[in-house]
Amino acid sequence: MTELSGLRVRGLRVSFDGFTAVDGVDLDVRPGDLRFLIGPNGAGKTTLVDAVTGLVRASGSVRFEGTELLGRSVHRIARSGIGRTFQTATVFEELTVLQNLDIAAGAARGPLTMLRRRRSVPEPVARALETIGLTERSGSPAGTLAHGQKQWLEIGMLLVQDVRLLLLDEPVAGMSHDERQATGELLRRISAERTVVVIEHDMDFMRSFARSVSVLHAGRVLSEGTVAEVQSDPRVQEVYLGHAAVQDAGPTAAGPHPEHAGGAHAGSAVQEV
Amino acid sequence: MTVILGQTFTGVSIGAVLLLIALGLSLTFGQMNVINMAHGEFIMAGAYTTYVLQKSVSDAGLSLLVALPVAFLVAGALGALLEWLLIRRLYLRPLDTLLVTWGVSLMLQQLARDVFGAPNVQTRAPELLTGHITVVGGADPLTFANSRLFILTLAVAAVVALSLTLRLTPLGRRIRGVVQNRDLAEVSGISTERVDRTAFFIGSGLAGVAGVALTLVGPIGPTMGTNIIIDAFLVIVVGGIGRLRGTVIVAFVLGIMQSVLEYSTTVSVAKVLVLVAIVAFLQWRPQGLYTLRTRSLV
Repeated sequence: MTELSGLRVRGLRVSFDGFTAVDGVDLDVRPGDLRFLIGPNGAGKTTLVDAVTGLVRASGSVRFEGTELLGRSVHRIARSGIGRTFQTATVFEELTVLQNLDIAAGAARGPLTMLRRRRSVPEPVARALETIGLTERSGSPAGTLAHGQKQWLEIGMLLVQDVRLLLLDEPVAGMSHDERQATGELLRRISAERTVVVIEHDMDFMRSFARSVSVLHAGRVLSEGTVAEVQSDPRVQEVYLGHAAVQDAGPTAAGPHPEHAGGAHAGSAVQEV
Repeated sequence: MTVILGQTFTGVSIGAVLLLIALGLSLTFGQMNVINMAHGEFIMAGAYTTYVLQKSVSDAGLSLLVALPVAFLVAGALGALLEWLLIRRLYLRPLDTLLVTWGVSLMLQQLARDVFGAPNVQTRAPELLTGHITVVGGADPLTFANSRLFILTLAVAAVVALSLTLRLTPLGRRIRGVVQNRDLAEVSGISTERVDRTAFFIGSGLAGVAGVALTLVGPIGPTMGTNIIIDAFLVIVVGGIGRLRGTVIVAFVLGIMQSVLEYSTTVSVAKVLVLVAIVAFLQWRPQGLYTLRTRSLV
């Protein structure tokens, strides 16, 4: 792997008023990877993504394709080819689906073209609409979409921005099984050309689609590798099982065949690993 | 019948003035949530711009036409400067913004007093606008003053221009995007700082245009902004904050109410009755005439 490609994070630290949320994270994501970031609540997964996209102040180094990102403003980082979604589906609620995509597509547009009305739907926007399956809803306000559709719209906004690195914060939260499957297929297709990093609590989803996994715990990378490698790592088992045992002694009914248990929510998913 | 029509027309023209002074605020206050107490002084700046231009260009009609774009630029530049110097440091701190911009408004008033003197000044209306159109002749004539028709046209044109800009252009989409979700706009690659400043420029510029119109119906003075600003905020709040359609409807409704009540009572009683009606209305609909409905979880 060369220095110049992918995402390279070194010694990243983020603290809020004395609490260190991310504590010296090193992370390498190669181009074309479909990386899952997992870890118990409070492990620093979302903060890590916030730091990479410039929404929180951080120290250390974040390089993307060889360029240092820390210290740049949020929109500059976005324009250098990095896009993200938020934990709760976040779109411009009052704008239509098409307008949401248009904003994302024209971010680097110059001031002179800003007042000109565009006649037709540009080709990349039309393609993204098709990909996320919202062509028929393109005129509706994004606020009226169903939860899962908003999450797809978020991904569509990243596609039209033509980002090379997508950071997705719980993209299948609250989705039905079929929607998860569709989203997973979508991510797989996207990662053929782009790098995708997914924060997820859903272990079933991770097992089905992850190419590689990083486990975060207490602001550090605990383990890294393929799904199988991570699952067999005793430190990971300790963190998850210990965590679960402290959190609730409740439904430990994962049984002798944990692989087959449903991983719909973090509670049960946690014990399967 | 002529009385009703006449009073309605007067009301519509009062409404047009209200609409012009509130339009800029509907962008800076309604969309961006900045309480800018100096907005009235931007209107004053537009009015004085007209006055200065008329002194240098003797032709009243020409100077009025030139004043429209120049006042837009002057007031817009003042607004952009204010945003850059002060307001951008105070986003999400509405009380501080209110106090700071109120201070700026006092400073601008004093500046006007120092430059133009304390007494009110006046501009000559161009000849074309001093006359009136007779709609119904005879013993009980119904006439529309040309200047009022001009203001009405200007108000409608300004509303249409603003609404088209917000709805159809990429700039408008960005302004609405930044208003709705700042973080999302930034991570989509939009410079929210630049969008904020542009929006503030346009909103303040519209105040300048309103100032040009006001020179046709009243004197120009250092305190003219203070008298206007409350009406402007009332229109925005009653219309529903951030709703252009609400602003338009409320401006005309309040204008007509004012004019009809003035006819049957006196000017001050009419003003009181209008304010009472507003208070009652806001008890019934605290969010104003138009509110937005989405499935947003936030």
